[in-house]
Amino acid sequence: MIGPDTWIIIIAVLAALSCALLGPFLVLRKIAMLGDAISHSVLLGIVLAYLLTGTFSPIGMLIGAIVIGVVTTFITQLLQSKGSLQSDAAIGVTFTFLFALGLILIALFARKVHIEPECVLYGEITFSPWNTIVVGGIDLGPRAVWSLGFTTVINGLLVWIGFKPLKVTSFDPVLATSLGINVTLWHYILMTFVSITTVAAFEAVGVILVIAMFVIPASSAYLVAKSLGQMIGLSLWYAVLSSAGGYYLAFYFDGAIAAAMVMVSGAILIFHLLFIGKYSVLQRLIAKKR
Amino acid sequence: MIDLFLEFWSLQEPYLVWVLLGSVILGLSAGVLGSFIFLQKRGLIGDVLAHASLPGVTSSFLIFADRDPLVILLGAVVSNFLGIFVIEYLVKRTKIKEDAALTITLSLFFAVGIFQLTIIQRSGTAAQAGLSHLLFGQAASLTKNDVIILGSIAFGLLIFIALSFRSLKLIIFDRQFAKSLGCRVFFYEALLSLAVVLAVVIGLQLVGVILMAAILVTPPAAARYWSDNVLIMIVLAALFGALAGAFGANISYLAPGLSTGPWIVMFLTAVFGISIFFAPQRGILTHFLSHCSHKRKVNNENLLHTLYKIGEDCGEERCHAALEDILAYRNMEKRELHSTLKRLRRKGLVKLRHNYYHLTRRGLWRAKLITRKHRLFELYLERKINVPADHVHHMAEDAEHVLSSDIEKEVLEELHLTNKDPHGSKIPIVEHMPREGR
Repeated sequence: MIGPDTWIIIIAVLAALSCALLGPFLVLRKIAMLGDAISHSVLLGIVLAYLLTGTFSPIGMLIGAIVIGVVTTFITQLLQSKGSLQSDAAIGVTFTFLFALGLILIALFARKVHIEPECVLYGEITFSPWNTIVVGGIDLGPRAVWSLGFTTVINGLLVWIGFKPLKVTSFDPVLATSLGINVTLWHYILMTFVSITTVAAFEAVGVILVIAMFVIPASSAYLVAKSLGQMIGLSLWYAVLSSAGGYYLAFYFDGAIAAAMVMVSGAILIFHLLFIGKYSVLQRLIAKKR
Repeated sequence: MIDLFLEFWSLQEPYLVWVLLGSVILGLSAGVLGSFIFLQKRGLIGDVLAHASLPGVTSSFLIFADRDPLVILLGAVVSNFLGIFVIEYLVKRTKIKEDAALTITLSLFFAVGIFQLTIIQRSGTAAQAGLSHLLFGQAASLTKNDVIILGSIAFGLLIFIALSFRSLKLIIFDRQFAKSLGCRVFFYEALLSLAVVLAVVIGLQLVGVILMAAILVTPPAAARYWSDNVLIMIVLAALFGALAGAFGANISYLAPGLSTGPWIVMFLTAVFGISIFFAPQRGILTHFLSHCSHKRKVNNENLLHTLYKIGEDCGEERCHAALEDILAYRNMEKRELHSTLKRLRRKGLVKLRHNYYHLTRRGLWRAKLITRKHRLFELYLERKINVPADHVHHMAEDAEHVLSSDIEKEVLEELHLTNKDPHGSKIPIVEHMPREGR
């Protein structure tokens, strides 16, 4: 029998892994803030799915997430192309609107929707081991493990199967077009997976951890990796390190686990900035001496 | 509902005056400051700083253990500046790009804040109440003192911006040039950052984290559609911000259960939506209409040109042509052809008799004008730009609609006048416009 503490670590690791798989592409495509935007506007998707179906059914939430992810991406692109608005403002206008709409719906249907906005922001991983799936009287383990495990697997499949098109569209969209790869389609596919990941992870670990795990391990890896494969591998490794480290940090100080995980991943990044790779402070000092 | 609305605007309750005033001042200054960060293409920095305020608030709470607004404000300012430093460092000293730097700062700082917040909550300190208001804001909690502090800071901000407007403008549009002129770029940028940080920190308590980002980004984005002039844009952004503030205060009075922030964002997005569609010059509707009218003009002129060519071939200038004849000369959709012919008839340029179309006298004049432009330009392309004769037609086809009569004259001078185009057709000579069409 697996104890709750182990479950928490498993959930944390799965959440971190599923994000760290997609993170490198967000960083390389310079659309990290779009990931941030989607992970906020997903709130609206969850609320709408709940209001339409009346339950927090996984399928409903999944569809809500996919729709909202595509809508967010679509509106920001539309504002940029048709409205000739700069990208930062397009993202800002879009996600604040969708997020505010979500908050208003929660406020208006407060009696029906049991979503704590705070919970969306930083999650309740501590309780997730007890939120289990029971089929035919058999306890199949925490729901979060299943949903995050599923997300990790499909994200892994996306990166594995779509490695080449994702790589080419990230590094050289013009070349990709000339090779006959649909750049826009892959952009939307990536963004759809980003929103699926957000929805799977938000309940357990909160939106902030999702954003952080998309970007921070991937950025640390970006500083030292010499190839895309290496970058993804390192990003995954740092994600695992952050989850394990974060769990013990949170345990020690009695704080939020998700937040502690982000702090550890931040510490890894800072360690890179100080000591590792050619952008580090250490390297710069050595170069100065010579 | 209307009673409540009137009650609100009669401003009988003294506290309402302060809430209204506070929200309006906040919206106004956010609009002004937002314009500057919008023009620097850093619209999302408001979002980042709003998140990065949290660890400052919680740290100062943990260290000093009280909820004195000034201490908390100071903590938030410090952590915001730390956040700005992290962003600058990552962008300038490493290969991490701006978007990732912003996201890293946002999530890392916010996580530190949440971590401390949970520690504070679990330790059960009595004074912690209200810290979580930071996340979603509470405009109705504004008191007279808050508004006085807010007002004086906002007033200081506006004075600073008014005095250094020229320098700020220069720095925003051309940083290098400003530097070379000896402008104290660093000084102004630091002051501007301070102003933004102050606005964010104060605004947080009113509208919350996410919505502070909206107040900084949406009004300038909307204002940008209305004017190319910086000053007008800033004034409009300030106006939108102030209106949104008033609207938010109003809502929080009408429906006390609802938080103010989201409604302010709804209002701002509505203003943005109106702007992006209906603003003159830059609005989508204007673009669409001008596109349509250009297309109509092109169709009109193409058809006149075609009718003229038909006339040339049948040897009679105002030759009668059936629909099939026209279609044989110019590949056009039937529906488009019909609507274009209808327009030309309405304008008195084309007449219909027994299912045959022919140019009126004024129509002929217009047709000559356009044909002349087309053929002159073809000639010019061939003689001066050395485009092969079999290629010039398509290029001239586009250019004929936009050539002004001044350019036509210049082309004429360049060519020393010939009267045949590269295909051997005669370039028509246009006399004065005839008085009436027939």
